[in-house]
Amino acid sequence: MSQKELLSARELQITIRRLACQLIENHGDFIDTILIGIQPRGKMLAKRLAHVLQNDYHIPKITIGYLDITFYRDDFRRSAKPIEANSTEIDFVVENKKVVFIDDVLYTGRSIRAALTAVQDFGRPAQIELLILIDRRFSRHLPIQPDYCGRQVDAINEEHVVVSWSEIEGQDAVFLENQ
Amino acid sequence: MSELSVNHLLGIKYLKEDDVQLIFQTADQFKEVINRPIKKVPSLRDITIANLFFENSTRTKLSFELAEKRLSADVVNFSESQSSVKKGETLIDTVQNILSMKVDMVVMRHPSPGAPIFLSKHIDASVVNAGDGTHEHPTQALLDCYSIRERLGDVAGKKVVIVGDVLHSRVALSNIFALKLLGAEVKVCGPKTLLPKHIESLGVGVESNLKKALEWCDVANMLRVQNERMVTSYFPSTREYAMQYGLTMDILRDLSKEIVIMHPGPINRGVEITSEVADSNYAIILDQVENGVAVRMAVMYLLASKIKR
Repeated sequence: MSQKELLSARELQITIRRLACQLIENHGDFIDTILIGIQPRGKMLAKRLAHVLQNDYHIPKITIGYLDITFYRDDFRRSAKPIEANSTEIDFVVENKKVVFIDDVLYTGRSIRAALTAVQDFGRPAQIELLILIDRRFSRHLPIQPDYCGRQVDAINEEHVVVSWSEIEGQDAVFLENQ
Repeated sequence: MSELSVNHLLGIKYLKEDDVQLIFQTADQFKEVINRPIKKVPSLRDITIANLFFENSTRTKLSFELAEKRLSADVVNFSESQSSVKKGETLIDTVQNILSMKVDMVVMRHPSPGAPIFLSKHIDASVVNAGDGTHEHPTQALLDCYSIRERLGDVAGKKVVIVGDVLHSRVALSNIFALKLLGAEVKVCGPKTLLPKHIESLGVGVESNLKKALEWCDVANMLRVQNERMVTSYFPSTREYAMQYGLTMDILRDLSKEIVIMHPGPINRGVEITSEVADSNYAIILDQVENGVAVRMAVMYLLASKIKR
């Protein structure tokens, strides 16, 4: 297995700050905006973004939630690997709010398709945007594109993008692995 | 672990502890789902489930049907009283006919112990036992343990007493298996005539005095006296049973600690439990019913994930 570093800890930090700034351009004070991290791997990115927005850019209140899409996936019983459910934590109203989905890697687009269905069970948002750390363009199965993108990567199917977080894996970095 | 070790839910006896923990973790997520404004997920869109009830049921049948609908499964219902079973059709024939209509999962309640096991050996669909005679009622035991876990944090190390008609109770047997599997201590309490001989061999204690049993336990599961299964007389009168084994507020107030009261329903108010106790904060009877839907969703979701086409 070979491994190539796509983003170092420092580059990851810069990218997250840029994404936070781009969010501020469009959402200002975030009064009507909700950040939703897609479980399990979008949760960390959403937390980091919320932290930067609050501490570095002094946004007083960020509403953040986490959405689990397990029960909405279209590969239930089709994938060889069983799927484990994560928790959904959305204890606010999404009706008429501007929702930003946050995930680490955009690949086929199927997770985001599932998230679009899942979020409707909590109400009708005014709009939904998509923020992605790593966009594996040219790998899409569905017409879904990010509104905010950290880095675009051209990877072949055997390759795998791994986002590592210091809170979980002990290191901030993004790798491209070849299996 | 993210997959059940079994393809059918026939009884707690056939499950491993990991299976039960996986069901509980999945049920946690479904409990969140059923408290949303839209209480439905599309997971089982392409699964058809037949509910075969060869015995009367209100709670279990409604709970299964609701769980199936909240998972977006297609549901067909069958009850013996309105069926060709009355015309002499055998169980396998009835089920094979239903399966010919492309059913993926069968939820069955049957008065004969072992009927779901027999069925699982002869048909090509997942079988969920919704109660077979006096044998097992696995989803009830799962939801009971889930409710204990929810109220007390964990099942391991807790002391649970099962009070009443243990002899005729499938709920008691499944509960004993599940509680022991999860590491709880279990005692049974009731008149000797309503306790099976050699019940100690299952690793449970026996106590004939209700007050002593309650003083010992953290949780008391009050069973209904199943008059419909009794072929002879097991105690002198209902009044005497209620005097000896009926749970009243006075008994609860006299205890040195607060205990949790459970009942699988239907309640015979004034026999095994007074209305005052059943409606009090000690009782988690309605939590059990709510959790029943989440636990059954988890069971059917996990079993369905093993159906490959």
